[in-house]
Amino acid sequence: MSTATDKPQVITLRGRRVVGGKARAEALVTTQTISGWGGISEKDGSVIELHHELHGQSFAGKVLVFPGAKGSSGWSAYFHMCRLNGTAPAAMLFTRMTTKIALGAVVTRVPTLTDFDADIFELIDTGDTVEVDADAGLVTITKAPG
Amino acid sequence: MQLTDFEKSMLDGAQGDAKARAMDLLLRYGEALGAERLVETRNVAGAFNASTPSVRHMVGDGDEEGFDRVFSGLNLDSDDVVDIPRMTVPTCQLITGIDMENHETQGVDPALAELQGKSERYLGKRGVNMMCTCTPYQVGNVPLQGEHCAWMESSAVIYCNSVLGARTNVEGKESTGAAGLTGRIPYWGLHMPENRNANRLIRLDVEVDDMSEWGVLGYFTGFEVEEDQPAFDGLTHQPDLMKLKHFGAAAASSGGVELYHMPGITPEAPTLEAAFAGAALPAPIIYGAKERKRTWERLQNATDRKLDFVMLGCPHNSIEQMSRVAELLEGRRIHPDTALWVHTPRAIRQVADRSGYTEVIERAGGVVMSDTCPSISRKLPKGVRVIATDSAKQAHYLPAITKVQGWFGSVEQCVESAVAGEWLGVVR
Repeated sequence: MSTATDKPQVITLRGRRVVGGKARAEALVTTQTISGWGGISEKDGSVIELHHELHGQSFAGKVLVFPGAKGSSGWSAYFHMCRLNGTAPAAMLFTRMTTKIALGAVVTRVPTLTDFDADIFELIDTGDTVEVDADAGLVTITKAPG
Repeated sequence: MQLTDFEKSMLDGAQGDAKARAMDLLLRYGEALGAERLVETRNVAGAFNASTPSVRHMVGDGDEEGFDRVFSGLNLDSDDVVDIPRMTVPTCQLITGIDMENHETQGVDPALAELQGKSERYLGKRGVNMMCTCTPYQVGNVPLQGEHCAWMESSAVIYCNSVLGARTNVEGKESTGAAGLTGRIPYWGLHMPENRNANRLIRLDVEVDDMSEWGVLGYFTGFEVEEDQPAFDGLTHQPDLMKLKHFGAAAASSGGVELYHMPGITPEAPTLEAAFAGAALPAPIIYGAKERKRTWERLQNATDRKLDFVMLGCPHNSIEQMSRVAELLEGRRIHPDTALWVHTPRAIRQVADRSGYTEVIERAGGVVMSDTCPSISRKLPKGVRVIATDSAKQAHYLPAITKVQGWFGSVEQCVESAVAGEWLGVVR
């Protein structure tokens, strides 16, 4: 339980800029890759893939922490539509570079980093507050209480 | 990124606004990848058609400016509307959402079908070849070994790289728009020979021969290796275009496989050792009876056996497959409560019409569709709850996209079940 004397735990790590910009939002973390076309709904930013651990959850306005993209080449077009519909993530942190995720991040136009100096899946949990300064290559994590 | 003088002149606008926007996107994309330069391509396959409900508000009345707005926004990621000139290099349209001859059966809004007609004329005027299939390699776009391409459509990309030995990454709607206008794409990933070796080994302990078995092996492969590049050992039968088409489509659905090697079959792997460029072989992943059965079961996303709809032709059928479906349906009638749609490229449909296959399928109560598929169009016959398909790819996507129950089986199981009106398949 948190008390007045407890300071929230803050962790910083570095990565390589994929798309510049700054954002601060709650994290949504999955260790499973995500499909764009056929894997998400562009209407509300939710994951629709049947056996995915995020099935039914939305990344809209969240810092999406995930290994990267899989599946159809419609990946970028679906994340592009999420931007146009206002259902895109606030920022993206991923570990596995592919053309799908690179192009997808570029057209989603949200701060995006990869190539981290630490394990993002170890350090970030869903619900943590994450500040992404992609121009500086900096991620600041404020752990959620509990 | 290093740009040539000619590429800089495109970026600076000396070749017009559209090419400047295209180069700007390629630069942002290349830098995101960490690419050092671009490479020339003369073979682009992308998605340009502007006839989905989501773009309708951008198109307006369907005049040229409306289509320029869609191309600028969705194919170049440009906030400004620019005049789109003729493509610089050979460029084709992949699958679309509407069959231009069967849109009533599909249940498509007639206004959208009219818009697609206008969109096709707009694109044709700009040199986009209206192949309208997920399988351009079945209808004349067959790149040579080593050729640099810029293709979308994961099932076409894996075929292009693995079976043809041409070089493409999985491109997207925006990068193919930019590539068609500039003849450039980032030199990264599978364009570079040093990135084309196998890094995983899959050893077969069971026979794989029937098309459905190739689909199941592909589905297993995608889950096991995700984005990696597998080589195969222990193949028991020589595959053909149709089988590798199904295998690759499945591997690119359950995972992100873009290149595989089959020693003695695919062009960059004369031997298993060559697939790994002489490096030590990794410990093999075994595909045995247990793995095969588990993957078959994983493809069944249904419990009800009463069957409403059977979907064949994902990826689009070859002429041999059309012939086989007609043979299975000759003199028979599918169940009145079950719909059967068979999908093939329009160019192959013409051969099927001429050979009498279309007539046999239609007389049995089926429909031959072109230009589209249910996963792309999100259109199924009314009231469908339970579907069956011979495609691992469609079995993977359709239940997720359209919330139906899905069975997977061989083409024979699918046709017999369409006639019976109930799913007869069993996992052996």
